[in-house]
Amino acid sequence: MATVKYTKEHEWVSIEGDTGTVGITDHAQEQLGDLVFIELPEVGKELGQGDEAAVVESVKAASEVYAPVSGEVTEVNEALNDNPALVNSEAETGGWMFKIKIADPSQLDALMDEASYRELLKEID
Amino acid sequence: MVPFAGYEMPVQYEGIIAEHQHARTHAVLFDVSHMGQARLLGDDPSRALETLVPGALADLPEGRMRYTMLLNDKGGILDDLMVTQRGDHLFLVVNAACKEADFAHIGGNLAGKAELELLPNRALMALQGPAAARALASLAPDCADMPFMSIRSMKVNGIGCEVTRSGYTGEDGFEISVPNAEAEALAQALLDHPEVKPAGLGSRDSLRLEAGLCLYGSDIDETTTPAEAALMWTISKRRREEANFPGASIILDQVANGAPRKRVGIKPEGKAPARAHTEITDADGTVIGEITSGGFGPSVGGPVAMGYVKTGFTAPGTALQLMVRGKAMAASVAKLPFTEHRYFKG
Repeated sequence: MATVKYTKEHEWVSIEGDTGTVGITDHAQEQLGDLVFIELPEVGKELGQGDEAAVVESVKAASEVYAPVSGEVTEVNEALNDNPALVNSEAETGGWMFKIKIADPSQLDALMDEASYRELLKEID
Repeated sequence: MVPFAGYEMPVQYEGIIAEHQHARTHAVLFDVSHMGQARLLGDDPSRALETLVPGALADLPEGRMRYTMLLNDKGGILDDLMVTQRGDHLFLVVNAACKEADFAHIGGNLAGKAELELLPNRALMALQGPAAARALASLAPDCADMPFMSIRSMKVNGIGCEVTRSGYTGEDGFEISVPNAEAEALAQALLDHPEVKPAGLGSRDSLRLEAGLCLYGSDIDETTTPAEAALMWTISKRRREEANFPGASIILDQVANGAPRKRVGIKPEGKAPARAHTEITDADGTVIGEITSGGFGPSVGGPVAMGYVKTGFTAPGTALQLMVRGKAMAASVAKLPFTEHRYFKG
C-alpha cells in the first residue's frame, strides 16, 4: 500500500519502495483550469528537491511543477502528451506526471501527510 | 474572480474551453459593463472626432458603426474603440483600462467643438455566437434583420436597450447597452434562453485571439501605428487623401514605403503554447520580433499567437523560431484569423 505525501505547492508523491510517483493535486488542477499542454521532464534527468520538474500550460498561463524530493526521473506519463486534460480529470490517479527514484528518503519527512494537506486546503479556501 | 481594470470579473464559469466552444456552437453572454460608454454631442461631433481618429465618421450613415482608434502625433494608438453614428450624436465604447484617459483626451481636445457626455450608469452585455440572433429575437424580434455593425434602439423583454450587431469573437452577435437598474433582469432573461451560457474573461480572450482581433495594451499600444498593426483597413480612401488625423504623415509614409514591422498571426508547430513577450528569432537565432498575444485556441485545437515581426518575415508560411523556456520552438507566420469570421451578412 503506497504512502502519499504532499507539498505546499500542491504536488503529491506516492511512495512505493524507493520509487515516487508524482503529480499535482485535484485542488491544483481546479485552480489551473483546463490544461492544454504538459512539458514533462526527460527520463534520466536528475532533480533536486524543489527544482522545476515539469510545466503545465492552461489556456491562460504556464505553471511550474516542482520535484517533491531529489532523484532521477525513471518514467514519464506519455498519455499526457496527447491528453493533457487527463490531469484535470484524474489529477491524483491517471494524471500522474513522472516517476522518480528517491535519492534521500529522509526528505519525505518534510512533506505533509494527507490530513495536514487537507488542513492546508481548509486554510486557503 | 480576478481584478481587471479596477473591476472584479470572472475568468470563467463552467470552464474556459467549454465556454469558448459554446460561443462557437451556440451563444454565450459576457458582462462587459467595465467598458466605457459615452455620447459625443455638438453641432458636428463626427467632424470633431475625426480630428482625433482616422476613421470615416462624417460619412458614416446614421445607425451604422465603425471600429477605429484614437491616435497620438506619432501615429501611435492610444486606444481602439467603436463609434456609432446616431445622427445628432456619436455613441462611443472604449476599453475599460483606458476610459479615463480616453475621455480626458477627447473632452480636452474637443473642448468648444463637441461635448462628451459620459454614461456611467449603463451596463453593457455581449451576446455572441451562431445562436445569438435567435436567442435575442425570442426577446426582441426587431433584432433579427439588423445588419452587422449597426445599432437599433429596441425593447428586449420589455427593457429599453441600445443594441448593436457587433462583437469581439468573430461570431455573429450583439452588444446590448442597458441602464444599470435593468441590467440584472436583462442578463437573467438572456441566460434563461436554453442556448445561452455565461462566459468570462478567459474565453473572451481565446475567442478574440482565434478571430485575430487586437487587445489594446498587448497587440496595439502607443508604440504601434495602424500600418504596423495591420489595421489600415480601418482608414478609408477619403481619410488617407485628406491626411487630417494625428500622425497621418508617418502612417501614410509607412503605407507607401513599408513599415519596419508588421502584426501577423503565428502558429507554433507543436502543442506547446507560446505566450506574450516570447522572443521570435530567425533560423540563425537573430531576434526578429516578439509575440504580443498567445495561448491555446480551443476551436483550432492547438496553440495560436499574434505578434510583430520585422519586414521580410511577414509572409504567411515564413518559418520562425519561438524562444520558449530557453528552447527554440518551430513556428510559422499564419494568416489571420485562425477561425473564419461568421459575421451576419443579411
